Amino acid sequence: MTTVATPTFASEVASRFGSLARSRETGIFLAFALVVIATTVKNPAFLFSGDGWRDLLLTPAIVAVVAIGQAMVIITRSVDLSVGSIVGLSAYLVGTLFVAMPGFPVAVMFLVGIAFGALLGLVNGALVAFGKVPAMVITLGTLYAFRGINVAWTGSNRINASDMPASFLALGTKQFLTIPVLTLIALAILVAVAWYMANTRGGREFYAIGSDPAAAELYGLAKTRRVLVAFVASGAASGLGGVLFAARYGTINSQVGDGLELQAIGAAVIGGVAIVGGSGTVVGAVLGAYLLLTINRALPVLGIPDFWQRAVVGALIIGAIILDRVLANRQTKRLRAERDAA
Amino acid sequence: MTTLLTAEPAALGRTYANFGRPAWRRLLFTREMAIIALLSVVVITASVMVPKFATPVTMGYLLFDITPILFIALAMAPVMITGDIDLSVGSMVGLSGVTLGLCSQAGLSIPVAALAALAVGALGGLVNGLLVTRIGLPALAVTIGTLALYRGIAVGLLGTTAITQFDKSWTTLVKSRIGTTGIPMVMIVFVVLLVAFSIVLHYTPFGRGVFAIGLSKDAAVFSGVKADRTRLVLFVVSGLMAALAGIYYVLYYTSARGDNATGMELQVIAAVVLGGVSVFGGRGALHGVVAGVLLIGVLSKALQLVNITSDVVSIITGVLLVGSVIAGSVMNWVQSRRVKPALGPAPSTTA
Repeated sequence: MTTVATPTFASEVASRFGSLARSRETGIFLAFALVVIATTVKNPAFLFSGDGWRDLLLTPAIVAVVAIGQAMVIITRSVDLSVGSIVGLSAYLVGTLFVAMPGFPVAVMFLVGIAFGALLGLVNGALVAFGKVPAMVITLGTLYAFRGINVAWTGSNRINASDMPASFLALGTKQFLTIPVLTLIALAILVAVAWYMANTRGGREFYAIGSDPAAAELYGLAKTRRVLVAFVASGAASGLGGVLFAARYGTINSQVGDGLELQAIGAAVIGGVAIVGGSGTVVGAVLGAYLLLTINRALPVLGIPDFWQRAVVGALIIGAIILDRVLANRQTKRLRAERDAA
Repeated sequence: MTTLLTAEPAALGRTYANFGRPAWRRLLFTREMAIIALLSVVVITASVMVPKFATPVTMGYLLFDITPILFIALAMAPVMITGDIDLSVGSMVGLSGVTLGLCSQAGLSIPVAALAALAVGALGGLVNGLLVTRIGLPALAVTIGTLALYRGIAVGLLGTTAITQFDKSWTTLVKSRIGTTGIPMVMIVFVVLLVAFSIVLHYTPFGRGVFAIGLSKDAAVFSGVKADRTRLVLFVVSGLMAALAGIYYVLYYTSARGDNATGMELQVIAAVVLGGVSVFGGRGALHGVVAGVLLIGVLSKALQLVNITSDVVSIITGVLLVGSVIAGSVMNWVQSRRVKPALGPAPSTTA
């Protein structure tokens, strides 16, 4: 209380530092560091070889981008199950365009993928926002429909690395100051979205709608528009994810991104984005993606067959939501105690 | 806490029986009847247009194909009527199948192995139910987690191998048909279960409690419904039915694999929602659910016969799912427009 009344520089720093140390993001980062250290002790190449360092940063980048969009949707108290299918469609579109027009500028291709994803996200968003039905059911339907369109379009066809320009594929492996370019792209988007969600009026409205939709509407917030924007953002992020996938792996069939929705939701939830909406940050979601995929990569090194990856994902998701609930209960209790004391 | 999530949509999506209309209209013009009518139209069209569709053999295979979905949908419907959801059923089909396979490989007889599989199903359902009711977590989040967890355990146990050696007498029994009708024997099991579920859901206090919880959990609790116990029981039953479907799946296809029935939860939920169960909870009936499963089954079978591949079926399933929930909203909106002049403004959703 007194710190609020007379904020000195020292107390300000101390409280900032205290909240940073207590934050979920720090906890997830420590867990991530722990996994990396434990695995590196077992096999130094996991971190200290060129490939190990690159894969550590690069592999989670695609899920991280998708998780940023997913986090925005979950914060507004919805969920987007169709992201994996959007990643698949966007990746195939990129591949097809390169086959048809080998000279297509790479930068424009990124925009095409993002715009296409945003369009699919708009379909989801419009159905959810105007139909006033749960996002889960709508996006479950579009998960099916988008994947079906993808399979019908692709068939047993496959686009190989040789069909795409070398400059595009080089992006998948190129590094800048030892940091992979795809990771830098993910990082740039993270910084922009994190700043937007934390500091702008529009960003805070997502949280307001997520924590209490009825109150947000009474307050006069444009709920329909925000929900629409969240889904378009998630679609755009997935569209970009598809482009990144094409650049990174070079092989595109009809099953690209299959099951990615679980990883994206898992990453967001593990990173502290509460599934009931209204709390969490995109930074947490990205850290969640890094933790999740790094654990997956660490399992074989630690001597656990990688068949168990999915079980670990599930256990982590459940652990994270239980932790969320425990923390929320403690917070409620503390607030109640403070109110009673006052 | 979780009621916060459902409180507002429940009020929006709720439709009340309009006793201003005569009984025959109330019984005939329902969501369930619309689906049954649509199913009849599709069946008649397919019989006329698609050669070999209306034969006992085709009908038999159709029923064999949709049996697991029918089993799970019976349990999924009440879960969704309470406003919960169970996304882990497809994974439980896989896990219980792997359990059956491993037990049978270890030399246990099929009935004992099946009991073990059912126990795994009940345990998995219990975990879901306890996390939802005791800790108060949203069913969606919990079952997304256990979807990954149960599938992960199934895949972890078997890896990429498959168990394909089973007692012949049991696999032939599962594949057998009733006389020359083409109807699978297993339909007898289904009909018995359907009758049991219908009686419990539609004609007992427990069943009324299920609907009451879906309409308003608080009101249900205050009127003496043991809401959390009911939801827990439903999750356990959902796990059990998924395990039953898993046992059937393994014996029918003679193959226990970790990735059996991947994505089946989507087909089940699509069929249940299509069959008229409200995604907000509180309404639905089993005859509609069965018609919903049959509709998707008939459509995919008919399309398969005219050589349209499974991807088109998944597009249709997706569009039907989206269309059926949107149709509900549109109908509510139209109704509210029509009722408004007579009754004044619609009641506040925050009442």
